[in-house]
Amino acid sequence: MQRWPVVLFLAWVCFLFFAGIGLFMSGFLLTRIELASSSSCSDPLVPPPWERQSLPPGSCWAPQRFSKAVLVIIDALHFEFARFDPAKASPLPYENKLGVLHQLATSQPRHARLYRFRADPPTATMQRIKGLTTGSLPTFIDTDGRRVVFMGDDTWEGLFPKKFFRSYFFPSFNVKDLHTVDDGILQHLYPTVDSGEWDVLIAHFLGVDHCGHKHGPDHPEMAKKLTQMNEMLRSLVDHLGNDTLLLVAGDHGMTETGDHGGDSEKEVSAALFVYSRTPLFGSGPPEEPETIPQVNLVPTVALLLGVPIPYSNIGEVMAELFAGDGDAVSAALQQLSVYHINAKQVDRFLQSYSLVAQDLPAEQLQHLQELFSSAVEEHTQLLAQVQGTTVPPELEPRLGSLISRFQRYLREARAVCTQSWARFHPLRMVGGCILIASSCLLCYMASELAASSQSFCRSCLLYPLLWGPVGAALLWLVHVFTQEGLDLLLVSSWAAAASQLGFFWHWWGQHLKRARLTGSQPPLASGGLRQRLRAWLGLAFPMGILFFRCGAMFSDSFVVAEARVAPFLLASLVMLLVGKLHWDGRLTVPEGPKQQLLGLSSYRREIWYLLCLVAMFLVCVRLSSFFHQCREEIPQCRPSVFLSPLASLRNTRAKNLFYLLCVALLAGLVYAVQNWLRHYGNLNSSDPLVLFVRWGFPLVVLCIACYWAVASSADDSLGKLQELVQVAVVVFPRAVYGLASVGLLLLLCNPVTVFAKDTRESAGSIVTPYLGVPGSEVDFLHVIPQIYKRMQESQRSRLERGSCRATVAAYGLGSVYSAALVIALTLLAFLLMLLHSERLSFAFLLLFVEAFVLLHIHTCARGLAGDAELFSVPWYAVISWLLAASQFFYSTGHQPIFPAIHWNAAFVGFHLDHSTNLLPAVLVGANTFASHILFAVGCPLLLLWPFVCEMSNSQKKKPKKESQEELQEVEEHMMEMRLRESPEEFSTALLQLGLKYLFVLGAQLLACVCAAMILRRHLMVWKVFAPKFLFESLGFVVSSICLLLGISLVMRVDCAVSAWFSQLRLR
Amino acid sequence: MREAEIWRLLAANLLCALSIVLAAVVPAFFLDGFSVLGTHLTWLCVCSVCVATLNIILHLVLKPNQSPKRRSFAHKISRFLKCCIYFFMSCILFHAIIVLYGAPLIESVTETFLFAVLLSTFTTLQCLCLLGPNIQAWIRVFSKNGAMSIWESSLQITSLCSILGAWFGAFPIPLDWDRPWQFEQLFVAI
Repeated sequence: MQRWPVVLFLAWVCFLFFAGIGLFMSGFLLTRIELASSSSCSDPLVPPPWERQSLPPGSCWAPQRFSKAVLVIIDALHFEFARFDPAKASPLPYENKLGVLHQLATSQPRHARLYRFRADPPTATMQRIKGLTTGSLPTFIDTDGRRVVFMGDDTWEGLFPKKFFRSYFFPSFNVKDLHTVDDGILQHLYPTVDSGEWDVLIAHFLGVDHCGHKHGPDHPEMAKKLTQMNEMLRSLVDHLGNDTLLLVAGDHGMTETGDHGGDSEKEVSAALFVYSRTPLFGSGPPEEPETIPQVNLVPTVALLLGVPIPYSNIGEVMAELFAGDGDAVSAALQQLSVYHINAKQVDRFLQSYSLVAQDLPAEQLQHLQELFSSAVEEHTQLLAQVQGTTVPPELEPRLGSLISRFQRYLREARAVCTQSWARFHPLRMVGGCILIASSCLLCYMASELAASSQSFCRSCLLYPLLWGPVGAALLWLVHVFTQEGLDLLLVSSWAAAASQLGFFWHWWGQHLKRARLTGSQPPLASGGLRQRLRAWLGLAFPMGILFFRCGAMFSDSFVVAEARVAPFLLASLVMLLVGKLHWDGRLTVPEGPKQQLLGLSSYRREIWYLLCLVAMFLVCVRLSSFFHQCREEIPQCRPSVFLSPLASLRNTRAKNLFYLLCVALLAGLVYAVQNWLRHYGNLNSSDPLVLFVRWGFPLVVLCIACYWAVASSADDSLGKLQELVQVAVVVFPRAVYGLASVGLLLLLCNPVTVFAKDTRESAGSIVTPYLGVPGSEVDFLHVIPQIYKRMQESQRSRLERGSCRATVAAYGLGSVYSAALVIALTLLAFLLMLLHSERLSFAFLLLFVEAFVLLHIHTCARGLAGDAELFSVPWYAVISWLLAASQFFYSTGHQPIFPAIHWNAAFVGFHLDHSTNLLPAVLVGANTFASHILFAVGCPLLLLWPFVCEMSNSQKKKPKKESQEELQEVEEHMMEMRLRESPEEFSTALLQLGLKYLFVLGAQLLACVCAAMILRRHLMVWKVFAPKFLFESLGFVVSSICLLLGISLVMRVDCAVSAWFSQLRLR
Repeated sequence: MREAEIWRLLAANLLCALSIVLAAVVPAFFLDGFSVLGTHLTWLCVCSVCVATLNIILHLVLKPNQSPKRRSFAHKISRFLKCCIYFFMSCILFHAIIVLYGAPLIESVTETFLFAVLLSTFTTLQCLCLLGPNIQAWIRVFSKNGAMSIWESSLQITSLCSILGAWFGAFPIPLDWDRPWQFEQLFVAI
């Protein structure tokens, strides 16, 4: 297999996953553009002049009816809770408890009324607050100059920071706690109301909701809670003045189990109760309470209070509240004017919205526009005929019909908006889910196939790639005929699905063919079955761990505690590996039949090595847990001290100490990497890359150290040095960026770190590409220069002895692939460390040590198990590698929640001015997915490492060597050249590794996607599952791209090595 | 012979399970305010002591591996001491492993250590009773096809299951039940 098909195939698989993620995301998070504009009093949609003159002071757009308003929000106040049915003999715990509402509504029918309040899904409190307060989008009712006092649920604080005149926030998180918030509000409510220092008072009670979550609605606790609310309302009504409007609203309902978040009838029907001491309504209440959408509250309250309706409101005013005291005609005029204002505002919003976003269908907008303009035209005509407030009687029916036309316009506008803004798109979600699942399956099958059949890739790649565009073209044709707009996402997912079908179709065809071929031969059923069973059992361990990991995504507690789950599973996987090796008797050396009979067997020598490695590994895993960030769901958690930058340390001595330690760590890392390279002989040549490793690495470290020094002392009063510091803070990181990119470029240009010693005589040399040293001296291993001398001497002596064979000694050829990867990883690590806070370099060092130990364990286990298949990486290795990646995601101080993102990474090397959004996004992304990047790029090491370590196990020479005569020796010391010997298998192995990696990543992603889809009505979906899904899918994208890069880097090295060989032959 | 062995084994295991249940129930009559979840420390103590004594008594009574030779008293003493040292070492080892698995290092040291002791009583002590302080035999028993007698295979299953049980016991920790040390050793009864 060639190199390009491998990369292409992997890229195609990645594309399949991306299409799936995109499709799911488009169904899960429908994007809606938020307009920043806000309404103001002087907007040109003012009512006609005759009415404007009569506006009382403090009014705006419409006459002010109330100067004050109290909004009592009782979380999860279901409509059934508020309804009172005196005929009921034995009410359920939640029925007939809010007697005060019924009492007010029956005794003062023109003052009070109960409504069925319809919430839009999703019925989570945060979304509902937004809907309640803004009439659609998060811009608060424009309360300029009004004093808004808030008490209750602290969700409001995050939504409207610093908007309140005074506020009393109480924590809303603990669902088990029924009373803290309510008691806190009650403590402040009446004093505040009596003090009069407010215009709008909002009180958000949480007890009912929490009680529903804890006990469910059908529970005595709920009765107690509702009775408490009843008492609260009763005394609140007594405290109100004549100029105050009281609104009691539930933000959503609840199901029979007390939950909410979805779109079932019980969840969306809440209660709204309106009351004032002055008459509000023109007539008595209807028999059955009216149903009104939640968004209608905002325009109504805004106009009643005489403030402008928020710019983005799409609600409709509740006209009956504007009836006033007058007769029917004046009431109708009043209502007409508020409808007019409302319609004008909605029209303005729709127009400006359709300018920036295209998600509202054009023809429907057109239709709405026609409705609006005809209604407005008639309105102006009508007003021209009306003089003052006296209306000619013949116009009265026209008034009514005009009102209903405005109503129709507003309702249709809202319907259009909600239709295109509906939160979830189940079809797309399911489609994305299926696409991801089938991609996973494809990965698994392809990785199995790649091992078995050689010519698989070309055929299996070619057909899907043909099928994909065909599918896309078909879709395009359909769209051309139906004249609909074309969505890039849909097209790509169609292409993905079609190409996948092509793959499976092709595979099935081949399978049938093969089955027919093998069917003619006598089947080896029993032996084959047993073997297969054993293979399945071998798979069971790592797959079981993967299964647990995926299962953990479905519980919010496990997602919250994932920082501890991942290391736990990782440690278990490694322990299981060792246990299994022991169980299979791989660790013991059977010593003759007699002793075996007695059960006496001694361990191999390697066992101690392996145990030490495992112990080291466990210690690393444990230590890495000291760098965790906290989530708000775990209140007793304290974030790690290492996360804060050094500049925040008060203690100067500690600061200096930590600084020195960090720099020492950096230097240690460089030293270790250089030592490793030197050990394998990759540090001898005078290529630019090697020179960079020798001199550029320390320079990078120096720059980082300088930057840290400057950054951590930036706050100190340095006086005139301040400007210098300002410059230095920018210059040093940029120098690191520059150096690192130079290094990466060099790596791409010439990745071969091989030093060739050519001792052939020019005349008559036989072309023997590479010949090593005669292998007797074991003592000069570590000092390469000495090797040169001795080698030259020995070769000379050999030549003198008459062996006229010419030699080329190549140093570091055996580890040329890994050397390139290690250099790339180190450079990346420098960049990523720069983006993190100083003390997280400990975590990065741990990451390197752990990865190193993991590779060694893998190699060691492989050597002990005596695997026949050298070219395939076992599943446990891939899974443990990925578990380590997610473990270090947490250990570099991250959490899958938005507040935990390290935003300051965007300003490393840049002042607070970014011209584009791309650069900070890349920086923050690199910071967040640091461990994903490192582990994905380093993934090919899993394949390479056993070859690299081959030599150190057999305790032989460092430089790779080969000769035509010493074939025996060749077998021993080929190291990574083994891979070059069989390029076909090498490519296949890389493909297989990539596919396995993608499969495991994809399985995790699939679990997240399914969790987000299935639990989309869960209480925690916007706090836990949705962010987790977003982080996981972004992590998938980053990882897969980095995996591709890592594999292409190995390919690039392979090309370069080939070129090097052919050059050598030519010479 | 074989059936009798099986019956004896069954009886021993049932007694073990019974002792665990009793350890959870009986002290409530003697100690004030005892409950398995409330005072888990005492429970851990009582349980491990119970199981330990029961194991030793069973070992003395049933004598599953009759040693053919009679040994001197000094030899027995040294054997006993060796057993004690092994037991203690295994406690330390289990403790280290639990800590490495993510238990807090400084807080709740006693819980961790008592849990380690409990685990060792379930695994190491039984090994010691059956096989004596003979590492080679242990290695043999805990590898594939290593168990020779029914007692040994029972030992194999019991120890592996208790370790597995402890492993699974860690699963509910993140669930918000507010009870940290919920390691139930139900698997031992198998």
